[in-house]
Amino acid sequence: MEDRPAGQRVHDFFEVSPGFSPDEAMLEAERCLQCKKPKCVNGCPVCIDIPAFIAEIALGNFRNAAVIIKADNMLPAVCGRVCPQETQCEGECILSGKEKPILIGSLERFIADWERAHGTSVPEKQASTGHHVAVVGSGPAGLTAAAELSRLGHKVTLFESLHEAGGVLMYGIPEFRLPKEIVRAEVEQVLAMGVEIRLNHLAGRSITVPELQKFDAVFLATGAGLPSFMGIPGEQLNGVYSANEFLTRVNFMHADQFPVFDTPVKKGSRVVVAGGGNVAMDAARVARRLGSKVTLVYRRREEDLPARIDEVTHAKEEGVEILTCASPIRVIGESCVTGVECVQMEMCTPDETGRPAARPVDGSSFIIDADMFIEAIGQGPNPLLISEIKGLARAKKGNVKVDGEGKTSVPRIFAAGDVATGAATVIWAMGSAKTAARAIDRMLRED
Amino acid sequence: MYRVLKATQLAERVFQMWVFAPHVAHHAKAGQFLIVRVHEAGERIPLTISAIDGDAVRIIFMTVGKTTELLATLRQGDMIRDIAGPLGLPSEVSKYGTCAVIGGGVGIASAPIIARAAKSAGNHVIGIIGARNAGLLILEDEMRACCDELFITTDDGSKGVHGFAADVLKAELEKRTIDCVWIIGPAIMMKVTSGITRPYNVKTFVSLNPIMVDGTGMCGSCRVQVGGTTRFACVDGPEFDAHLVDFDLLMQRQRTYQTEEREALEQYHEHSCSCKGGE
Repeated sequence: MEDRPAGQRVHDFFEVSPGFSPDEAMLEAERCLQCKKPKCVNGCPVCIDIPAFIAEIALGNFRNAAVIIKADNMLPAVCGRVCPQETQCEGECILSGKEKPILIGSLERFIADWERAHGTSVPEKQASTGHHVAVVGSGPAGLTAAAELSRLGHKVTLFESLHEAGGVLMYGIPEFRLPKEIVRAEVEQVLAMGVEIRLNHLAGRSITVPELQKFDAVFLATGAGLPSFMGIPGEQLNGVYSANEFLTRVNFMHADQFPVFDTPVKKGSRVVVAGGGNVAMDAARVARRLGSKVTLVYRRREEDLPARIDEVTHAKEEGVEILTCASPIRVIGESCVTGVECVQMEMCTPDETGRPAARPVDGSSFIIDADMFIEAIGQGPNPLLISEIKGLARAKKGNVKVDGEGKTSVPRIFAAGDVATGAATVIWAMGSAKTAARAIDRMLRED
Repeated sequence: MYRVLKATQLAERVFQMWVFAPHVAHHAKAGQFLIVRVHEAGERIPLTISAIDGDAVRIIFMTVGKTTELLATLRQGDMIRDIAGPLGLPSEVSKYGTCAVIGGGVGIASAPIIARAAKSAGNHVIGIIGARNAGLLILEDEMRACCDELFITTDDGSKGVHGFAADVLKAELEKRTIDCVWIIGPAIMMKVTSGITRPYNVKTFVSLNPIMVDGTGMCGSCRVQVGGTTRFACVDGPEFDAHLVDFDLLMQRQRTYQTEEREALEQYHEHSCSCKGGE
């Protein structure tokens, strides 16, 4: 299983890696030591029985492996691709010290892809409880909660503001990291469990808070969809995008295929991306595929980049220039972007995250010629719905305050995923959603 | 899928459509908008909710690009792929005293629903509607029915006052006190007309129409400068205090995709002409 050459990748939106063949998967599975006390499971936020499904792969029982994974994770084809396995299951693998860890993510992806090609099965559901739960948002947290609640016998209605389900999996993560057909197939599986979906429904507008509160419980999974802007001069110029806008236009509206698809996007000849997370890497790599020369500007050092190492490597292979210890201070242009003025940054004492604080160096400013500027400096929770819920306690950055089980300060309203935790990973959203779904189940059974 | 219940042409290039969209109709208030995606490969465009009746909402639009041209081809019984809404904040209607509701061109589409809301809040409502010529003037009867007084202007003098809505507004402001003004129309018209109320210090709302994608606060495409701060028209608006809006910036950002819009329209015309033999 080798990555496709970068020179080929930058001309299309197909995946970087083709994934394991059945033989490769079985060979990889045989390396697993089948630890008595498997540490990999501790590293998994949704606690998949990893050794058990790997044992089934080694025996060639792919269907059994799929059943085991889906008992804990309804989105295996997604997680197999976008989880940061290197800091989770694979990071805990006992083999990671000696040789290389079992490629658990690739095996999970293989099983999910195999099952999709060979016919999926709907997990068994418990008897109907007669309770009805509203789930708001159909991203990773919403889908996980909807599937879990449905499995536990509750009726679920899922509200999605956009015209297709999947949330950030659809609008945020590019096709070459997560093909949209795969997201659609996994959404279909959740719907096949009896979950009812209402697209084009913006909660707080198309359905009011009092209407939501008529359900037996409400689960908020509205994500971290509000883009932050740097607040630097020139940000209003034509050609300045939030990463959210740029990625939504391409991933969700298919602007790369304009005019076959009606939504346009600017294709810059020289693009500057600000940021160092996975979203910044995604934006940079999408811009490369639209034919742009891309410079990614990050204010700290390369070793501080919050993006997954794989994403940084892929971005570099694909020709993204990464400029570290630099930060944009002004976008230059009359009505359209013609350049980005940056300043060099020096590192000082580490902050509470262990990363050094970055400080601009006086008189170090320089200009990068550019006709497009994309800001990927983070997202906050969309305040629209949560600010309309009376008495809903919020944390510092506007996130919804929850206890360990996803309970908010308002009775019968739960929250999980990025809206509660702040922008994090798909799998953390799913883990917290599953916990909250089980708490909702317990509450409803005690009623 | 959302069914077109009724489709009619109101004026040259201006169309009116009633669509079945209960989730929007049951919650919509004056001043809000919806997002339409006409077909599977379509873009998302914002349109004002111009009237509500039971499970249906009315949209009025001018054909200015591929999407609106495509929308104009739909007939009763046809389906619109997606309608999301209601979006944005409702108009800030309360009992101000005397209100003027001013619509320019296709912007008149938003006027009656606001005028009606202002009227039922107990205001004396002056309507001023203006168009380039008499043929382009829409919703005159509707406005007459919901306003206490109605003024009509045309740029060429073919109907009503020869001139702009701004001229009538200025004349009325000189004669009497107006407590609150709504202006809905092209950005340049809103800029000019709100300039009239500024010296009189009259509370003035404009409804902004920047380029949007999701319409839910997610992308920031619709960001506008209001009083020096960045606001998202889709969730913080679409109505803002006219005297704080940077209209030049709005117009600059509205032109972002001019080239692409022309390209899409040309391709659409070539394609539809070869299919239908032209129109």
